[in-house]
Amino acid sequence: MPEVSGTDNPLDIAERWRGEGRDVAIATVMETWGSAPRPVGSHLVIDGDGNFFGSVSGGCVEGEVITEAMDALGTGKPKMLEFGVADETAWRVGLSCGGRIRVYVEKVS
Amino acid sequence: MDLGLLKELNTLRAARKAAILVSNLSGGPDQLVREGQSAEGVPQDVINKAFLSGKSGIVEGEGSSYFLNVQVPPARIVVIGAVHISQALAAMAGIAGFDIEIIDPRTAFATPERFAGIKLTANWPEDVLKERPLDTFTALVAVTHDPKIDDYPLISALKTGCFYVGALGSRKTHGKRVERLQAAGLSGEQIGRISAPIGLDIGASSPGEIAVAILGDIIQALRRRGLSA
Repeated sequence: MPEVSGTDNPLDIAERWRGEGRDVAIATVMETWGSAPRPVGSHLVIDGDGNFFGSVSGGCVEGEVITEAMDALGTGKPKMLEFGVADETAWRVGLSCGGRIRVYVEKVS
Repeated sequence: MDLGLLKELNTLRAARKAAILVSNLSGGPDQLVREGQSAEGVPQDVINKAFLSGKSGIVEGEGSSYFLNVQVPPARIVVIGAVHISQALAAMAGIAGFDIEIIDPRTAFATPERFAGIKLTANWPEDVLKERPLDTFTALVAVTHDPKIDDYPLISALKTGCFYVGALGSRKTHGKRVERLQAAGLSGEQIGRISAPIGLDIGASSPGEIAVAILGDIIQALRRRGLSA
């Protein structure tokens, strides 16, 4: 894996990884309610091997987003994910802070 | 997301230009718009508001929802003059979220003791601005009172189209400045963009109060700027 630093922007990383011939998906926080950990517009970049850079929730739901992103790389179809304590998946992946977020996952094609 | 648009967006970001990547959440093609441009399906006032606020979000358009991924460069302030006003302005600018740097060739003023933790260059603006040029998302504040120091960066800021250009000085001082800038070939429209007397008209008196007036003026210029292509 190439060197990345904390000050890099996920959008630059996405372009760089694509330039290296990797499959890349971008996850974007599109809506938040309540005390969401990361603001709208935050990105997580994922490659086909599950390497990732950036953040959409500060760790709460990244695992699920990465799984969905790798799925989106396979199908090529974008997907809107929703996470929150009211969600039926709350016990598995949820936001302990009590907020709710919608995350859009799409392939860079 | 289209790789070509991603590259274009990153190029604009690197050049400190504002852009919005518009994604049609019903599956239409992505669009990249710059300030003053329009996007198919999204009302122009919605696009303009997003450029001014700098905030990303989902908006309703014609028969579909769109996500506006708004990329506006962080605004910065360049202050010519390491004077008392600049000390107060530097402290407040950071709190308001602006990057700020102070330039003053007079080494008696430009000392690290007076500007702890602030980016400070004791050199002529001509030399510093060659290395770090002004851009449209930079505010230029000239407060030395000295034409030898202030005029070059003022001219440079007006030619560049900095979103804010302010110059300290009485009406009389500014009158002479206008004559010099006209002689330097600047148009009346360009010169008219200078905020002088500098800052919002709130009756500011002390250096700290003048700094508040300048910062308010800068924020207003940024959030209410005209959006032309």
